[in-house]
Amino acid sequence: MAYVTVKGGEQAIDNAHAWLAEERRGDRRIPSVSLEQIAGQLGRAVDRAMGEGSLYDRELAALAVKQAQGDLIEAAFLLRAYRTTLPRFAHSEPVDTAAMRIQRRISAVFKDLPGGQVLGPTYDYTHRLLDFGLTSTDDEPRASEGTEELSQMPRVPDILGHEGLIEPDIKGDAEPGDLTREPLTFPASRDVRLQALARGDEGFLLALGYSTQRGYGGTHPFAGEVRMGEVSVEIEPPELGFAIDIGDITVTECQMVNQFKGSKTTPPQFTRGYGLVFGFSERKAMAVALVDRAMRAGELGEEVTAPAQNVEFVLYHSDNIEATGFVEHLKLPHYVDFQSELQNVRRMQTEVARARESVEAAE
Amino acid sequence: MKGYNFAYLDEQTKRMIRRALLKAVAIPGHQVPFGSREMPLPYGWGTGGIQVTASILGTDDVLKVIDQGADDTTNAVSIRRFFARTAGVRTTTSTADATVIQTRHRIPEKQLRDDQIIVYQVPQPEPLFRLEPSRIESRRMHSLADYGLMHVKLYEDIARFGQISISYDYPVMVNQRYLMSPSPIPAFDNPKMDMMPALQLFGAGREKRIYAIPPWTEVRSLDFEDHPFRRINARRPCGLCGATDAYLDEVVVDDHGGRLFVCSDTDHCAERRAAGHVGTDGMREAAE
Amino acid sequence: MSEETLLSARGLSLSYGAIQALMQVDVDLWPGEVLAVVGESGSGKTTLLNVLSGRLAPDAGAVWYRDPAGHLHDVHAMPAPALRTLHRSDWGFVHQDPKQNLRMNVTAGGNVGERLMAQGARHYGDIREQAIDWLTQVEIDADRVDDMPRTFSGGMLQRLQIARTLVTHPRLVFMDEPTGALDVSVQARLLDLIRSLVTRLKIAAVLVTHDIGVARLLAHRIMVMQRGRVVETGLTDQVLDDPQHPYTQLLVSSVLQA
Repeated sequence: MAYVTVKGGEQAIDNAHAWLAEERRGDRRIPSVSLEQIAGQLGRAVDRAMGEGSLYDRELAALAVKQAQGDLIEAAFLLRAYRTTLPRFAHSEPVDTAAMRIQRRISAVFKDLPGGQVLGPTYDYTHRLLDFGLTSTDDEPRASEGTEELSQMPRVPDILGHEGLIEPDIKGDAEPGDLTREPLTFPASRDVRLQALARGDEGFLLALGYSTQRGYGGTHPFAGEVRMGEVSVEIEPPELGFAIDIGDITVTECQMVNQFKGSKTTPPQFTRGYGLVFGFSERKAMAVALVDRAMRAGELGEEVTAPAQNVEFVLYHSDNIEATGFVEHLKLPHYVDFQSELQNVRRMQTEVARARESVEAAE
Repeated sequence: MKGYNFAYLDEQTKRMIRRALLKAVAIPGHQVPFGSREMPLPYGWGTGGIQVTASILGTDDVLKVIDQGADDTTNAVSIRRFFARTAGVRTTTSTADATVIQTRHRIPEKQLRDDQIIVYQVPQPEPLFRLEPSRIESRRMHSLADYGLMHVKLYEDIARFGQISISYDYPVMVNQRYLMSPSPIPAFDNPKMDMMPALQLFGAGREKRIYAIPPWTEVRSLDFEDHPFRRINARRPCGLCGATDAYLDEVVVDDHGGRLFVCSDTDHCAERRAAGHVGTDGMREAAE
Repeated sequence: MSEETLLSARGLSLSYGAIQALMQVDVDLWPGEVLAVVGESGSGKTTLLNVLSGRLAPDAGAVWYRDPAGHLHDVHAMPAPALRTLHRSDWGFVHQDPKQNLRMNVTAGGNVGERLMAQGARHYGDIREQAIDWLTQVEIDADRVDDMPRTFSGGMLQRLQIARTLVTHPRLVFMDEPTGALDVSVQARLLDLIRSLVTRLKIAAVLVTHDIGVARLLAHRIMVMQRGRVVETGLTDQVLDDPQHPYTQLLVSSVLQA
């Protein structure tokens, strides 16, 4: 049978796209899911897409989640690629989480504290029992609203800081680095590390954070505070000379209080781990805070032994867009290189056989 | 394509990339970090090559895109379409007609000219990465031209296998100074890089590095005096066009171990057949 | 600094916080001579070795090295590439733990040949031959040339490290307790080997040891350190047979005669 050269790559791709669109739409007797439904009722998916996509826009993120059929890494990828095309016209001022409009705020280090423990809309104390009531789309009963105002909520590390019990926060006027514009270089300063963690894969960081708790570079962490709520985003246009509020975003902030450190010149103080993530992303904020502290091992004079403490290892592998691209690129044709390896192995086997023959012949 | 700049990237980004390219050309073989952007194709699928091509394309350019030497492999098709849509440039499958050739894992058989640019897609720009995963360390080795580790690896190959066992992505020394990864082209293609008249640009998007070989630059594959570098090729002609000096793909044709060897460079093969060359296996072109 | 010294240091001082590791230490080393630096742990002898070899910067003082052409170099003012080159050619450093200076996933031949390749050797056959030659010189069986170091005993690893270090014919070798990690029975053989190599190849060495017996066997001159200071220096036999400083007397008297 004579060989027929393979053609039709373009047509194959078009067909694949068409089939994908069918898959995504699903059964046409069922209404197409709306962006409002995704943004409103699958908020955690939207939060994750925004966080790892490095782009705060609930509607766009909902669109990405819909287009990706719920694959959140794919959704984050869509957002990142879109982000590349967006012009940048300003930098915001650092958001002031102390002035956050709190929805949830808890601390594990004090039983009670100014502002109290505000549980917020948390899954924490739910019993993980599937609620079959949710099978229907009928309306659910409303909860009643309280009337009490929330009082002042100083941040726990600030409380500790007043007594000098925790290392001071970094103050600096230096421009923070920007991984969306500049490549990662080493040594990586803390601002760059935190940015990488904020957009890093939640699963990877969760595992690394977990590993520190199990002995791979432990830091005796305590959850000093976790707070979630809205913060204002402000910019200072040069024409105005003062800052204006351009909108609000919801963020989750976690401050871990870690193993104290002291030296001949400074008294022992608790050390910090910090995490700040878009949306209601408590698990990730906590994981980020654990890994942040672990990566500071070198600068705090601790022995660097564990993966979470290896800055190069963590930062090079935390970006799931890079990771998925490279892992999945293995599906691309590699037959030319494989052919070289085949020839190599065949040739080496021939030589081994030849050597064996000549040894046998000599005997 | 509405709403997007010519070749997708905004002009500031292209300028940033061109600055990196100039630096790379000025220091042959040296890896220049650059602010790689997320592209609509995944990392690992050619974003570096795409960003380089996007930064150098002009309206008059003619673009050829190949993967594994073929114009018709799915990723080559996808990338060519991307530029057709975002830049509207003429595309071609003919190596002779192209002004810019973006390639994954092969160098065309036809010798390139000094008015052409070849852009390589690079998955892993660091030639030392298997021996030294830490970039901090490998950067130091490059800056000190301290490449003993690589030579030790080659020594070990000969001690273990009697020969150097690297068959693709074979490390080269550029301009007698920098150790470089030529990208995963087969070792067969390495000699083409030496004193090539065309400009060679390399883009690694995920690893965020650009490097370059200016035209007419010395590129030597690492070896020992008594174990010199040799090209490996299947010792048979192309079954379709009879070429004896081209890199061949091995195609499995039946369940009984039947094999056919055909040119990996589809344009080269088509050109030869058009000129009347025929291989030992009769063939028919499939209707498109 | 004398015309003929190979390595000299003046006024070396270094402290770690409140601890004075080195205080005003002077050193002179002539070509082909072995200088032993002895003291208990905490005496500063390893710190001194690291400062002399450029691996650790002193707070005060300087170290000079005279190259084969007779030019003097301030070791701590040298650019990093130059110091690195020095460590791979004219100088050698033998660690107490040989694994620190060996590639455990590279064959014995590859380990020994590496410095040759780093200097530009490109003939596989020659490199291998030299490696085999050196393995023989350090009394490792030639047919172990393709074996991995993880199959070697502690004594063999140390000898392999020595071969790897001496293959480029260094003029100066720094040794940090070269027999410290070995069994007593193995030590004697290794010490004999070191002595014969150093003598035959006319290598100068700075040898750090807590073991007076090692100093007596290998060194021409001896320097006794206590808490960062040099308390006594002189010809080995003279100092050990007739110690002047009370600390030296204490050290010598506490050695159990074998």
